[in-house]
Amino acid sequence: MPPHGEKGRPAVTHRGARKAAERVAGEVAERLLQLGQQLQGTATTSDRRAVYRPDQQVNDAPYRERWAHDKVVRSTHGVNCTGSCSWKVYVKDGLITWETQQTDYPSVGPDRPEYEPRGCPRGASFSWYTYSPTRVRYPHVRGVLLEMYREARQRLNDPVAAWAEVTGDADKRRRYQDARGKGGLVRLGWDEALEIAAAAHVHTIRTHGPDRVAGFSPIPAMSMASHAVGARFMALLGAPMLSFYDWYADLPIASPQVFGDQTDVPESGDWWDAAYLMLWGSNVPVTRTPDAHWMAEARYRGQKVVVVSPDYADATKFADEWLHPHPGTDGALAMAMGHVILREFFVDRQVPYFTDYVKSFTDLPFLVEVERRGTSFVPGKFVTAADLDLSEENRSEEDRAEAGQAEEYRRWKPVVFDAGRGAPVAPPGTLGERWSEHGAGRWHLGLGDVDPLLTFYEERAGTSVEVLLPRFDQGAEGVSGGGGTVRRAVPVREIGGRWVTTVFDLLLARYGVHRPGLSGQWPEGYDDAELPCTPAWQESLTSVPAGAVVRAAREFAHTAEKTRGRCMIVMGAGTNHWFHSDTIYRSFLTLLLLTGCQGVNGGGWAHYVGQEKVRPYAGWQQVQSAADWVRPSRQMAGTPFWYLHTDQWRYESYRADALASATGRGLFAGRHTADLVAQSARLGWMPSAPTFSDNPLTLGEQVRAAGREPGQWVADRLRQGQLRFACEDPDDPANWPRVLTVWRANLIGSSAKGNEYFLRHLLGAGDNASAEEAPPESRPRDVTWHEQAPRGKLDLLLALDFRMTSTTLMADLVLPAATWYEKHDLSSTDMHPYVHAFSPAIDPPWQARTDFEIFQSLAAKFSELARGRLDTRHDLVATALQHDTPGETAQPGGVVPDWREAGPPRPGHNLPAFALVERDYTAVAAKLASLGPLAEEAGMTVKGVTVYPRAEARWLADRCGTARPEPVRGRPLLDTDVKLCEAILALSGTTNGRLAAEGFARLAERCGPDSRLETLGESVAERRVVFSDTQARPVQVGASFEWSGKEGPERRYAPFTINTEHRKPWHTLTGRQHFYLDHDWMAELGEQLPVYRPPLDLAALGEHSPTGVGSARSVTVRYVTPHSKWSIHSEYQENLLMQTLARGGPVIWISVEDAARIEAADNDWIEAVNPNGVVVARAVVSHRMPPGTVFMYHVQERLVNVPKSEATGRRGGVHNALTKLLIKPTHLIGGYGQLSFAPNYYGPTGNQRDAVTVIRRRSQNVEY
Amino acid sequence: MPRGTPPTRRVMAQVAMVMNLDKCIGCHTCSVTCKQTWTNRTGTEYVWFNNVETRPGQGYPRGHEDQDRWKGGWRLKGGRLVPRSGGRARRLARLFANPELPALSDYYEPWTYDYANLTTAPLGEDLPTAPPRSLIDGRPTDITWGPNWDDDLGGGPDQLAADPVLRQMNEKVRLEYEQAFMFYLPRICEHCLNPSCVAVCPSGALYKRIEDGIVLVDQDRCRGWRMCVSGCPYKKIYFNHRTGKAEKCTLCYPRIEAGEPTVCSETCVGRLRYLGVVLYDPDKVGEAARVPDEKDLYEAQLGCFLDPFDPEVARAAEASGIPHDWVTAARRSPVRALITDYRVALPLHPEYRTMPMVWYVPPLSPIVDSLTRSGHDGEDPANLFGAIDTLRIPLDYLAHLFTAGDTAPVEAALCRLAAMRTYMRRINLGDPRDPAIAQAVGLGGDDIEAMYRLLALAKYEDRYVIPTSYTGTLPPDTLDDGCSLDGNGGPGMYDAGLPGMDTFHTPPAPEPVAAGDGLRGRVNLLNWNGRGTPRGLFPRRRESEQ
Repeated sequence: MPPHGEKGRPAVTHRGARKAAERVAGEVAERLLQLGQQLQGTATTSDRRAVYRPDQQVNDAPYRERWAHDKVVRSTHGVNCTGSCSWKVYVKDGLITWETQQTDYPSVGPDRPEYEPRGCPRGASFSWYTYSPTRVRYPHVRGVLLEMYREARQRLNDPVAAWAEVTGDADKRRRYQDARGKGGLVRLGWDEALEIAAAAHVHTIRTHGPDRVAGFSPIPAMSMASHAVGARFMALLGAPMLSFYDWYADLPIASPQVFGDQTDVPESGDWWDAAYLMLWGSNVPVTRTPDAHWMAEARYRGQKVVVVSPDYADATKFADEWLHPHPGTDGALAMAMGHVILREFFVDRQVPYFTDYVKSFTDLPFLVEVERRGTSFVPGKFVTAADLDLSEENRSEEDRAEAGQAEEYRRWKPVVFDAGRGAPVAPPGTLGERWSEHGAGRWHLGLGDVDPLLTFYEERAGTSVEVLLPRFDQGAEGVSGGGGTVRRAVPVREIGGRWVTTVFDLLLARYGVHRPGLSGQWPEGYDDAELPCTPAWQESLTSVPAGAVVRAAREFAHTAEKTRGRCMIVMGAGTNHWFHSDTIYRSFLTLLLLTGCQGVNGGGWAHYVGQEKVRPYAGWQQVQSAADWVRPSRQMAGTPFWYLHTDQWRYESYRADALASATGRGLFAGRHTADLVAQSARLGWMPSAPTFSDNPLTLGEQVRAAGREPGQWVADRLRQGQLRFACEDPDDPANWPRVLTVWRANLIGSSAKGNEYFLRHLLGAGDNASAEEAPPESRPRDVTWHEQAPRGKLDLLLALDFRMTSTTLMADLVLPAATWYEKHDLSSTDMHPYVHAFSPAIDPPWQARTDFEIFQSLAAKFSELARGRLDTRHDLVATALQHDTPGETAQPGGVVPDWREAGPPRPGHNLPAFALVERDYTAVAAKLASLGPLAEEAGMTVKGVTVYPRAEARWLADRCGTARPEPVRGRPLLDTDVKLCEAILALSGTTNGRLAAEGFARLAERCGPDSRLETLGESVAERRVVFSDTQARPVQVGASFEWSGKEGPERRYAPFTINTEHRKPWHTLTGRQHFYLDHDWMAELGEQLPVYRPPLDLAALGEHSPTGVGSARSVTVRYVTPHSKWSIHSEYQENLLMQTLARGGPVIWISVEDAARIEAADNDWIEAVNPNGVVVARAVVSHRMPPGTVFMYHVQERLVNVPKSEATGRRGGVHNALTKLLIKPTHLIGGYGQLSFAPNYYGPTGNQRDAVTVIRRRSQNVEY
Repeated sequence: MPRGTPPTRRVMAQVAMVMNLDKCIGCHTCSVTCKQTWTNRTGTEYVWFNNVETRPGQGYPRGHEDQDRWKGGWRLKGGRLVPRSGGRARRLARLFANPELPALSDYYEPWTYDYANLTTAPLGEDLPTAPPRSLIDGRPTDITWGPNWDDDLGGGPDQLAADPVLRQMNEKVRLEYEQAFMFYLPRICEHCLNPSCVAVCPSGALYKRIEDGIVLVDQDRCRGWRMCVSGCPYKKIYFNHRTGKAEKCTLCYPRIEAGEPTVCSETCVGRLRYLGVVLYDPDKVGEAARVPDEKDLYEAQLGCFLDPFDPEVARAAEASGIPHDWVTAARRSPVRALITDYRVALPLHPEYRTMPMVWYVPPLSPIVDSLTRSGHDGEDPANLFGAIDTLRIPLDYLAHLFTAGDTAPVEAALCRLAAMRTYMRRINLGDPRDPAIAQAVGLGGDDIEAMYRLLALAKYEDRYVIPTSYTGTLPPDTLDDGCSLDGNGGPGMYDAGLPGMDTFHTPPAPEPVAAGDGLRGRVNLLNWNGRGTPRGLFPRRRESEQ
């Protein structure tokens, strides 16, 4: 091989000897070269620049050896990231060496880019964990706890008694709780570790109740079996699983509100179909790295890209335009775009596509009563068939008679005004037809000959009434009665003795779009900055030029008009993590609904914040909730759970009505948010765990002894005051959660908003918070206040992990888990339409075990210890009124039927539903490892559709073998992770077409033959995916009743295409997408319609800076925690590769101006302090940042490079040290159509964007 | 390989790369997969064969483009090329104290953390943490610089102003929020046609492979003089402080030889890398590298490339020993198409005169705020080309990266990208095609659509057109009693064993195959012993194939 020769002859210079020497050397070289050419016959280039040397041997073996490997295994990464990328894991000499992405996704078509190669730098660095020094290799326990346990265990010769003693003795309890998070972990053997964990569970269930145990494990789609096995264990115990999606604030609560659907979004391949793309608060290259290329590439099809972001984010690079509103003001920008679209595409000119769309698929034509409020009018309730005593005119006599039988369902039939008949009509497809017998075949969106009027406006002869609409843009949010009002006339008609208008007319008023003849306070034009919602008005709030907004709105709507709805908004955490994110999102969704973009490929919302899609949903749902053995399972909304049990409510000193609208009725007057949480529990809106002040096993025995129906028994006891909800006294030791198991998660380091309160109250560990408790006059009315707040409620924090995290540092017991490259599992996502496998590249090293194995062995030990201590018990289980069940029609009219104020309590109506569940605690392990009979006997219900997997149960018995011992004899075995995966795939419509077809057939019965849903079912009936398919290659799933969009090899997934193309109603009150929400509490907060609400003013809400900060050289800034480039939540953030590419420790990004103000240079150590805690980090100074806002990318934990703080002398906090939970009352609503609870569907969000902090430069000498 | 007098026209083939910066999302996946595969070992902790820089920014190692300081590449001296680091004597004189060598602090001092503390900390007063430690000397360290320190404009104007390209620019760029701009620049070894690293190696350890142009360090010949580190203007040669030898990006030759893309390419999530064959005339390279005006270097390098569709070139190529498949690969080469046909890809720092072979499609960027404010309509084709100089990334900045300061080629490339978007938007929205848009940038409609397929659809088989290696020795085709991997020293063979070695444990030698068995050349699979390649089971190669 040829080394090039040295060539150029150096020019002669006069710089002395060195130059001369150089020249001589050069000439020598030249001559040698010539000589070599002659002697050796080596070739050179014609100018003798280079020599060809085919004669030399070179040593390039080291790199060949380095590359050589023994095998490549397909796997992926199992939680907290929704990427679901398929990876090649390389193994050499029995060691995992590195990983690269698979490129074998099935093609999405010849005319578009492909999914390969999906991945990101974080995933690419995963193998580092396998052998890293942060790997948990053995079971660990806090030394002080182990000592005390062993001593008691030996003395008492009984593990359960030992646990009871250690946790029951105040002094011993204090000793090990105080040691939490302070090191002192020691190794122990697996047997002993499992015994301690099992004893804790047995003791807690026996003494306190199964609802005092809880499990936390998020995002099941990313490793379904690992999640399901633990959740199944919890369900068999009767322990609640805590929701996570709402708790993370990733749940876009506007989605259930508007769509009646948790979250359903297009796969990233559908971005390609969009002709106009807005990236709004979503930094796609960072947070959806594997899919960002679709956005980059779609631009080459001429897609226009607008990025809305306060900083010059990574995504901005791809934008045609960058709009940078002040953080949290995005709603104002969207409202102004809506103003322009309504003005130019609905009032000044009508677009047939838009008009048809909103009439068919939204609630805009529905009628709303205008209610008198004092001397004025305000928007009221939807007008229903019951209100108007409507006999349904377009029905036959027979139908009418039937309808009469279902009188109560008429209260669930909102009406429109039919232009043809000149009369109100209850159109098909509303909630009244979803659950009623007479609704079979009628729950569809076909309007028939009904032509709903959008507006009652008539230029000359019309009647109108001025209504008061709230505005929150003036003055401080958080002041009672929140801001002011605008008075604007809406056209009305008198129907049945009521003044009635349409949602559309109210919307125009809300958006300030004036029509001649309507009185009130209307803006003069786009440049009127005084009144909402003009472009100039938004400029005063957001700083975005009015002209840019007008143009964006026009381009958006023009493109939608031309492409029939191919405009998409990718919306992210930048707009979703706010306290008022639901209002922000509703203002975005308005743009999409008005322009007919939803339910269209290439159009609609694309919410990518912690969203996931368990594509094989029915099967996962069945096995994870153990619904094949026991029903119902306990489910708990995460946010109220943490709000109460970490005592964050005690530090909230504002009254709940501080957020109310000036148009409200004072429903929250004199009440604390904790009171509203308690009310939501007793009305059956939200679940509550623990439920009552008594052990539900004790209550179960009492119900049985009384021989009563459980619900009636509970109602009686409640009425007599003999039973109390635990949430009404969360600080009573009887009502504490006692045992918490966290797996596939880092609760404490990652998602614990109000982190320091978790440490103080839940764990009893040290903390940095300095907030003051609410003064007596601000304390709850109904919830008991203890003078001394408890510290250390939890008896046991059990963590399963493969790496050290804040949770394992705090945990009492840490079990070493297998990594994602060491187990079998399944992964799916909504970002792509495939399901694919995890496979072990190596067996778990050291003493690590898979989650599957750990829960199986824990269940075995638990079952053993339960014998003679628990045996078979009866558990009184409370269930909230659930969405997608008849429970969602419990509370007609959207009122607040509090039985405490106006009784009586009626289970399942104004009270949760109750059931007695028999639990054989000695059979938990056996049931965990086999499939129970209830799935085929009672069916599996998903989103209101029930299917019976009888054939699948037989198939699973053949495939997996059957169990031998009683009471599980003959049942299909689920005793390996592969079999659990097989069951998930077999029991789901997306991966088993037979079930999909059955579900579509059921749906067709409800929606009628015109829906053609049966045909859709037949088209997928033959599809079948088994586990080995997913190991070979990612496999595309099929369309199923489990989801709202259609799937096909030639079709990208977009949500709600089944609704738009098969006229299937949305799961809402009107069966359409909602602009208007008429629940009493929505009205109280002034949020019946989309409205702009600014970020919370925390000072006005009573949050004060701690004394001593805010002095010299400090700056008060908005503290925002967007998703990081170098981690997926907390995972990877301590990974050496990622820290090397980042800054090597926690950092806060700060603008040049703010850095100058505190005299901090890049990389200086700074401290951020507010009442909730302290963060110590280094500054990254950048002109990318707007002044007044800092970013601390989440999740930056205390694990690496966090010194002690100057403010407290203790270790600086995690990114959530500066946040505190605040609950928005409207998120607690339940029992009313789409505003009903379901796990991870509806519930308060743990929002954290509204935080502010003081930042200053600190001493540069740091101590660890 | 030809010896002696070369044929009348020597043709050489190079596997080259194009990166479409317009698609780069700055995710650094390429860096991580490369590092994991190649350099996560002692001695190379600080080494990133592939790194991604945010521009404007100083990059890695810090300010590597400042050749006044680092003396990399070539300079023109009296019409001749000399390494900027000086002639041989000067370099020899500095063998042991090379001031033009970036120090560890210019790269960064690699670190780790006391992770074990998290698990083993005894019961104390506060939460355990893992403080940083140097990976070089194991002592506690303060992290003050890293390989990606200015990622996403981190560091602020104070640091970013030290970007050598910014300092070169004619107009001062204000690094302020409203004017913010950035893009990412992934960098690997350029595998130059005229590599200065090869030229300055005193040991002759660096070489450019004849068959595919990959520039490598011979680990046996390298004596650790580190002249190459200085000589490479891209600072893409690193010193392994454990082995004392130089290491560099190998273009993943074990993969390339097998027809597979490099790790950085295949794992590129932005799908922005292309690999393909380029044919060039090696006898033109020196002359092209010597053109007096730096701004002519881009065109001069284009002039070195040969058209594989030209039958004359194809003949000369095969006469030069380039296999036919390589010539057809050159015809299908996406790299050639982007560089030569569409002229959207440009060389990185041609002014170093090394004739780099990793080229870049420059990035589009958002229009500036002043236009947003005034309601400028970027969608209107009439505004399209006027808008190029209103993009946030100053043309001048790109020109100083890719064309030695000449903005014309950059502007032309950006206009073509913009024209493609406008042209395709009409199709996307259902409007008739408008060939005038293509013509305005000197392309036909067909060209635009073909370019669109390459840049937008970018299918795997279109991104990477890599013929397999022709370095290996083909097994003799007369052999019919063994596997193609057999034969002394063949890759399928065990060592024959030392004299006296227990022959029982050595693999049995192939036995002669019983020929025929009455089946007239067909193989009786029932009694075939599985050894060798019996005639009839595999077709015989024809003489012409030998």
